[in-house]
Amino acid sequence: MAGLTGRMSTVIKAKVSKLMDRAEDPAETLDYSYQKQVEQLQNVKKGIADVVTAKKRLQMQETSLQQNVVKLDTQARQALSSGQEDLARTALERKNVAQTELQSLDGQVTELEEQQQKLTDSEQKLRAKIEAFRTKKEVIKAQYSAAEAQVRISEAATGVGEQMADVGLAMQRAVDKTENMKARADAVSELEAAGTFDDITALGSGEDDIDRQLKQLSSQPAVDDELAKMKGEIGMGDSASPAALATKAQAPGEGGGEPSDKTPSEGGKT
Amino acid sequence: MIVRISGEDQYLLPDSASERLNELENAVVAIVDGGREDGFADAYNALLDFVRATGARLEDSELESSDLILPPADLTFEEAGREFTGEGLIPD
Repeated sequence: MAGLTGRMSTVIKAKVSKLMDRAEDPAETLDYSYQKQVEQLQNVKKGIADVVTAKKRLQMQETSLQQNVVKLDTQARQALSSGQEDLARTALERKNVAQTELQSLDGQVTELEEQQQKLTDSEQKLRAKIEAFRTKKEVIKAQYSAAEAQVRISEAATGVGEQMADVGLAMQRAVDKTENMKARADAVSELEAAGTFDDITALGSGEDDIDRQLKQLSSQPAVDDELAKMKGEIGMGDSASPAALATKAQAPGEGGGEPSDKTPSEGGKT
Repeated sequence: MIVRISGEDQYLLPDSASERLNELENAVVAIVDGGREDGFADAYNALLDFVRATGARLEDSELESSDLILPPADLTFEEAGREFTGEGLIPD
């Protein structure tokens, strides 16, 4: 008896029989089993609460990042309007990183919602089994001789024990996933704490480490596109700043032959 | 025969289902043994779907223990590799 199911069955049966071996007396077995079941039910509730807490934390980060996206977008527009294209680009790079992070958070929140649902289902199933066991326990105590009771207790407790082991597995999987997400959430918190998504106008003139890292994290083609689009939206073509001319480079007949050299150099220089 | 899908429910399957169950698990085992992930999820889902479709779901309040326990539906290829040893689903 090996294989996928064989192994799982063996592991779970071993766990259940370990539980059963703890007490010799049938009545004691019943009460001990029941006590263990109720403890497990409490554990599941705590497990669900942990998942909900982790989910809420991610949702708060989402809200905060969404606000930052709006803020950085506004700052990029303001910078562009005042002819500070480098600053606008920096803001858009940060916005790009924040948006990527938001997408990732969305996926994680969905995943945690699934885990929450699974644990809630598990809790309901376990609760139903424990309730059935509680009823049966009293019947067994009242109606059977010690020898008969032992067999019936064993059957009933094994049934619940299997459910308990299964809930334990579901919780372990939920905990693993939640832990991974906590680690990621901490990393995002660190970025935020480092001022990554804060007011870019407060930045010093020179490029710091964070800037260089963000440049690597952000998608430069996406940033280029957004910068060009933003210039179009705020009608930079009319303001006649050098930066505005560069974005018009693709437009036929405008700006002579020079802008086509200018556009890539702006993207590449720091 | 009572089969549990871990994280889901217990199902009562007719004895006649054993053969097909064996075939489906052997297909999963073959993929895992082959070491390539392609087709693993489909093969494993086919096994679980067969249990769900062929078996009668037990009520949550039933206190029956299972003859077989299948790992959860979100089992990864790596996890399967750790669980399988190449033998069939139904013990001889």
